[in-house]
Amino acid sequence: MTEPAQTADTPADAQSDAQSDAQMDAAFDAALQRFVGREVGSGQLAPDEVNVPMIRHWCEAMGDENPVYLDATAAAASVHGQLVAPPTMLQAWVMSGLRGPRRDADSAYQQMNELLFSRGFTSVVATNCEQTYHRYLHPGDTLSMRTVIDSISPQKTTALGTGHFVSTRQDYFDAAGELVGSMLFRIIRFRPAAKAPPPRPLRPEAATTLDIKWWFDALNSSELRVQRCTDCSRLRHPPGPMCPACHSLAWDCLPATPTGSIHSFVVVHYPVVASFDYPLPIVLVDLDAMPGIRMVMNAVDSSLESLQVGARVRIEIREADDPSAKSGTRLPFAIVEPKS
Amino acid sequence: MASRSFADAVVGEQLPTLTVALTRTLIMAGALASRDYQEVHHDADLARERGSKDVIMNILTTNGFVGRFVTDWSGPDSIIRSVKVRLGVPNYPGDTMTLTGQVTELRPADRVAVVTVRGSNSQGDHVNATVEIALR
Repeated sequence: MTEPAQTADTPADAQSDAQSDAQMDAAFDAALQRFVGREVGSGQLAPDEVNVPMIRHWCEAMGDENPVYLDATAAAASVHGQLVAPPTMLQAWVMSGLRGPRRDADSAYQQMNELLFSRGFTSVVATNCEQTYHRYLHPGDTLSMRTVIDSISPQKTTALGTGHFVSTRQDYFDAAGELVGSMLFRIIRFRPAAKAPPPRPLRPEAATTLDIKWWFDALNSSELRVQRCTDCSRLRHPPGPMCPACHSLAWDCLPATPTGSIHSFVVVHYPVVASFDYPLPIVLVDLDAMPGIRMVMNAVDSSLESLQVGARVRIEIREADDPSAKSGTRLPFAIVEPKS
Repeated sequence: MASRSFADAVVGEQLPTLTVALTRTLIMAGALASRDYQEVHHDADLARERGSKDVIMNILTTNGFVGRFVTDWSGPDSIIRSVKVRLGVPNYPGDTMTLTGQVTELRPADRVAVVTVRGSNSQGDHVNATVEIALR
């Protein structure tokens, strides 16, 4: 694609985009295939000759009691005629040990990896290991090994994601230069399949009792209400069964004017609860035309800078959670007017 | 340890099942015996940090068990020609790997039995392998 701003909005454009994508893929594949046949590193010499102590450690770990590995008499009487190393130990003889393999930034393998990384194929999983043995090794054998990039697959999509299978071949030689075994090792370098983020948990439900449930029910009908004592006419919030002034149990309610000003506020940064966005502004609003009535709510669609004691707010009743989550719970939210 | 003779081998013959208790000690012993010091094979904290549930058995140990499983059946007078493994779910400590296998092909020309091996744990197949082994 030549210009990123261009969109493929006509069939002709879509076709030319598809063609240039294909050309880019072809160029990438060609660049990748140039690594096939190239040697990885400069060859490795086994640090120790094939030896009985290492064979013993191996047989103990695997629980392998085949006598041809450690019992010289039984080995001599067997088809092998002498002590031999377990053939599956092949790779162990050249392992680089605790210090780890030398990383050569200029090696063909590293360059191939860089090319794969450039396309996002950063994850790796080993898929196959195929060893072929031309002869069993004996204590005293000295091994050397060279590694070649054997093949690189076209782009494939697996359950893990999309990527390329890369096979390397290790050839093992004895002191006389005879090929004694080979190992094909296949990995997939892939771009992990995107995982959908887990759905955001809903807000904790308001704990309601018979004395306050009516207030939340009103919100679900998009009404913001304030309780009033029908004996002394005093307004009160939060709702409760009894007038704190005259102790009357008789009450009704009035619609609140959906405007007010910030009496106080706090911005929560910690602890983080997954149902909320942070920083989380919580405001205490003095309602207009209802002196002494204050309501706690979250501020939304407002800059943190606009939060000031005395700042004007507009109150909207909204779904408490993402409407697609469909919790059905509606709450008042404050939108703070920017300072003019 | 008796050796299996080519004349006695039959296509379809099942190898004796091998059950391997996957202890943490075994996983580390295998890694050390193969000089494989990658942390994911011995350092559980680091393995978890890198997204693994725990330490995992290394491939060389898997190869070792596949080889042992077949020679437990074929005996000292057999010669493994090749071991080809396809890797599946990891072997974690605390689980059990059960190795089963059967003879799928007999080649009289080089007295080779082709054995397919399956090593499974509670998560599924850890390894599927094909082993070519020359018999007495």
